[in-house]
Amino acid sequence: MLAAKQQNLTELVITRLIQLAGYLSILFVGLICIFLLKEGLPVLFEIPLVRFLQTTWYPIEGYYGILPLLTGSLIVTLGAILIALPLGLGTAIFISEVAPNWAKEILKPLVELLAGMPSVVLGFIGILVLSPYLRRLLDLPTGLTALTGSLLLGWVAIPTIVSVAEDALNNVPPSYRQAAWALGATQWQTIWGITLPAARSGVLTAVMLAVGRVIGETMAVMMVTGNAPYIPSLLKVFISPIRTMTATIASEMGEVAKGSTHYQTLFLIGIVLFLFSLIINIIAVTISSRRLKRSERLLS
Amino acid sequence: MRKGAFPLVFFIMLLLAACSNQRAEITSELPSQASAYIQISGSDTMVNLALAWAERYQQEHPDVRISVTGGGSGSGISALINGTVDIANASRAIKEEELQKAQQAGYNPQQFVVARDAIAVIVNPQNPVSQLTMQQISAIYRGEINNWKELGGENRPIVRLSRETNSGTHVYFLETVVRLGNSKDKTIFSPDTLLLPSSEGIIAEVRDNPNAIGYDGLGYVVPEVKVIAVARGPGEPFVLPSVETVNNHSYPIARDLYMYTREQPRGAIKDYLDWVVSREAQEIVVSLGFVSLEQSDVGSKTAKLD
Repeated sequence: MLAAKQQNLTELVITRLIQLAGYLSILFVGLICIFLLKEGLPVLFEIPLVRFLQTTWYPIEGYYGILPLLTGSLIVTLGAILIALPLGLGTAIFISEVAPNWAKEILKPLVELLAGMPSVVLGFIGILVLSPYLRRLLDLPTGLTALTGSLLLGWVAIPTIVSVAEDALNNVPPSYRQAAWALGATQWQTIWGITLPAARSGVLTAVMLAVGRVIGETMAVMMVTGNAPYIPSLLKVFISPIRTMTATIASEMGEVAKGSTHYQTLFLIGIVLFLFSLIINIIAVTISSRRLKRSERLLS
Repeated sequence: MRKGAFPLVFFIMLLLAACSNQRAEITSELPSQASAYIQISGSDTMVNLALAWAERYQQEHPDVRISVTGGGSGSGISALINGTVDIANASRAIKEEELQKAQQAGYNPQQFVVARDAIAVIVNPQNPVSQLTMQQISAIYRGEINNWKELGGENRPIVRLSRETNSGTHVYFLETVVRLGNSKDKTIFSPDTLLLPSSEGIIAEVRDNPNAIGYDGLGYVVPEVKVIAVARGPGEPFVLPSVETVNNHSYPIARDLYMYTREQPRGAIKDYLDWVVSREAQEIVVSLGFVSLEQSDVGSKTAKLD
């Protein structure tokens, strides 16, 4: 009787603690959000929105056009995903569908090791090896370009894509593959026609999470993209130097006077970044919850 | 030796950090050991110099502990105003708004000229161009000259490199070279100028890329890049930066390096600042590639702030 009571009490305490942890994380996200808005939004009353939608970013002289920073971030992210998606998806398919068990056991931890590579190390490789090589290979004026950033960030994004996509592929019921084989499909036909479409939403989630990872990456990008705040012409979009939002915040936040227009503008850029990752996460969650509903439908 | 200076700086900082920790333990046992603790922060251009000074001074005065960090002139001055450091290193004079902020906080910042620095304009050794006028450099950075051919070089695009906007070197170069010292001129760097976060980034890119032009403190220039001889205007002599040409003011892109204190310095801080302009400390300035104060200037080291 007493023991049972004590157990109830322990259970109650633990439940409450876990509940508290859950609520705290919500609280922290909320506080961060409030802090960002409090520091960044007042600048909109000081400076008309139009002045932010200009193409010149030179805050120490009062030019606050954030368009070049937006396009910079989008260009690098697009490039990184174009590089990481085929490679990451290919690796995921190989690990999940093709590789023998011993190879799987080596490859999976190796991919996770890749995810742990500090981005400043990648930046060093970029600045000393990749950028001089690209300049000679493509005969560019300089090797510090969006492409260099995209290649490094593709590297950063691959582990995310591989592990999420591989999970999605593993979750496809074995009966699907067995049915395809029974009908005489080759391994490639099974992967391309059956497994991959069945895991489609998981793959899309992987891409979205990778986008989120890439758009927020700072150090490597700051070191190799040249940080020139201008909008490149369409023909040279990947081979021009660009400046991303994250690199701008990182390199300028240290110097600004707290509460100045420049400081608030950097927080405004932070809000824009926050909105980007919020939208990306919402899309990712919508896609993966749709997958759940469909599998429920299939099971019933 | 200069090439490896940056890792060396980190190493020295680590050593210093380690030393100060140990000393702190000793102090708790022997309260008379460390009588003063001076914290210095600011200009990245000056960080090597400030570390060398601090190291020598601590050898001679074991009772004084000095810590030095970089971060940029602006960071140093805001740290001074916030009260987190005792001395701010700055490679530019304090701005009007910074002075106001300090006065609002109830301080009366004092300015000391502690050394001189010249900015070298550098290109790749493969580049045949070896001398430029201030007007030509200005036109390059304004984006008006875009090919080395226009300057008597090869048919190559010009890649402009600059320090980030938070660097004192950036602001100094903008005002002195890009705007040619005209304070009414509101021109800014051509938007496709690459803004690199460190001196090392600029040296690395210039060393590797025959299209590049960059600028950096004379103290950071390595033999693998070519220094450009600069003339004040067309028809005037082209001068390479050196200790002599900076001290006799014939090299046009040279500036003073400052230390700032919150108030008229007293005690250990005053002793240190007096030592910094002594002949012994100024010899360290020369050994690091900066330019020492002429001894005639030392007497008038305190400049009036207006």
